Amino acid sequence: MDLDNQATIKQLVDAHGAENLVVVLGMSGEGVRIAAETLTTGDPSWAGPLAGVSLGLPVYHILEERVRTRLPAEIYAEKVQLMEMVLDVAQIEDALAGLRKTQAKRS
Amino acid sequence: MIPVLRAAVNTLVHVPDLVRYGSKPFREGSRPGSFLADLKARLRTFEDAAAYPPHQAFIGNLRPESLADIPSPWYGHPLPGASHQGPFGEILGQGPFYSMLEKADQFGLVSLDAGWTPPANGASAAAKGLMSAGARRGTEKEIRRRIGSGEALALEHEGALIGCIRRDHEEDESLAARVLLENLAAKASGAHALRLLLEKARLPAEEVDYILSCSEEAIGDRYNRGGGNLAKAIGEMAGCPNAAGTDIKAFCAAPVYALVHAAALVQAGVVRNAVVVGGGSLAKLGMKSHRHIEKRMPVLEDVLGGVAFWVGPDDGESPRLNLEMAGRHPSGRPSTPQGMMEALVCEPLARAGRKLREIDKYAVELHNPEVTLPAGAGDVPLTNYRTLAALAVIRGEIGREEIPAFIRDHGMPGFAPTQGHIPAGVPYLGHALAAMRAGTMKSAMVVAKGSLFLGRMTQQADGASIVVES
Amino acid sequence: MFDGKKVIALGERDGIPGPVLAECLQAAGTEVVYQTTACFV
Repeated sequence: MDLDNQATIKQLVDAHGAENLVVVLGMSGEGVRIAAETLTTGDPSWAGPLAGVSLGLPVYHILEERVRTRLPAEIYAEKVQLMEMVLDVAQIEDALAGLRKTQAKRS
Repeated sequence: MIPVLRAAVNTLVHVPDLVRYGSKPFREGSRPGSFLADLKARLRTFEDAAAYPPHQAFIGNLRPESLADIPSPWYGHPLPGASHQGPFGEILGQGPFYSMLEKADQFGLVSLDAGWTPPANGASAAAKGLMSAGARRGTEKEIRRRIGSGEALALEHEGALIGCIRRDHEEDESLAARVLLENLAAKASGAHALRLLLEKARLPAEEVDYILSCSEEAIGDRYNRGGGNLAKAIGEMAGCPNAAGTDIKAFCAAPVYALVHAAALVQAGVVRNAVVVGGGSLAKLGMKSHRHIEKRMPVLEDVLGGVAFWVGPDDGESPRLNLEMAGRHPSGRPSTPQGMMEALVCEPLARAGRKLREIDKYAVELHNPEVTLPAGAGDVPLTNYRTLAALAVIRGEIGREEIPAFIRDHGMPGFAPTQGHIPAGVPYLGHALAAMRAGTMKSAMVVAKGSLFLGRMTQQADGASIVVES
Repeated sequence: MFDGKKVIALGERDGIPGPVLAECLQAAGTEVVYQTTACFV
């Protein structure tokens, strides 16, 4: 995950507190896992400001059922829905579910 | 005057010792740690880079579709008997390229060691014509002094110091050594692509009227960063005395904009022969190298790309650039993948009364997935083809179950180096020309996108498209 | 899930871009404190 973004997110956590923040992703494939891992257990590449930093932020993807059902249907249908056919939703849900399971075991 | 695509050329320059000056490796390498040593250990030889299947597809020795039959990883399956010359391209080595950098420089910025003779690496006559005669070489002592004082960057070949490039102003960051290296690399690799185009297409240099550069570099000084006109500098270096020119800047979509502009100039009769040329992006070398190192792969972003296209009046043989089907993405449209594809693909098709399946091939951003997937950046062409197929489904043109067949028939695996503007669909034009001349293809649509938001002036993305048809 | 929380929206050009994530979330009554779009190429 982009190093500048890592720094910005670290600042946001300092300013607002991790308990008050939620992350929503819109990327595809392996990028989802990398971003989610970076924002929960720390930067897996050990290159950025979040290396070794466990922010433990809740991370969701906009295409997950639990997220998309909370969004206004009209905007979602117009600007997002088509991507359900493009991105692998099952893979995204699996990647995030796996990470949440690991998180729950740790805490 | 109907504008046609007379010829297309794709070039690569293998520059392992310049990867460290890519933006990402330069930053990583300036931090404490073993990054530069790890990088060095994972660089490829010229032979390995030349035999790499995507590179062979890039210069026309392999059809892009054939990549699907080569087992993964492609770097583990070099093409037997691969040549660095192809029907519409060339893979050039670093030795001749250093000599071209020296020739591209008119300000004494590049000093090569007088004791070093750049190897020709079997370069084409076009490339050899751009190599310097070596009249202005420096001594090793002088080169070391310049590097030691901080005014110059070291140029190495196979690990040995062979020269340097210096800044041209102490305070002007637009004229810093690394910026000038990027600019000269774009100029020299662009001139190489143009010169090869002239030779392959037998287009006399004197007959080129206009050059549009779609290279990414922002040539200028501190009062006009991005002032531009690399086009004219490339034309001069390639020996086109009658060509004027200008640059088209539009992030990675620039090559398609440039083709649209070139076709429009020819159609309007403003010029007879226009050439679109793009030199390589040094800043993007090794952009994902830390991931490649982590995965114990070769550092695959070790080549500069180049493209050149000749747009001229109808010769009765070459495929037409159909301006009535040029696609654009107005600023009032959403910058979503759907919004982009509707504007760039569906609307031009609707104007011509055609369906998505009625274009034989779509050339989208053709980034080599073997470079992007290990870095978590996805398979860019595949994602774009899925978006197109999904649009065909919601428009009722195909059934959901036909998505894989649509992608197979109308798409292709990515085979272009991750050089920003270079993968912008246009590397397929050489293949399309060959297929159209052989009568096996009627139409191809080139679709490029640009991430305008990276420049912080707008949150929008952009794109452009054009149809080539026999 | 979002009740009383502030949201960080991380989009991608070829996926769902940041401004679209933000638009959807704001329309759902959520406060977005940061949105960005990645271009991986």
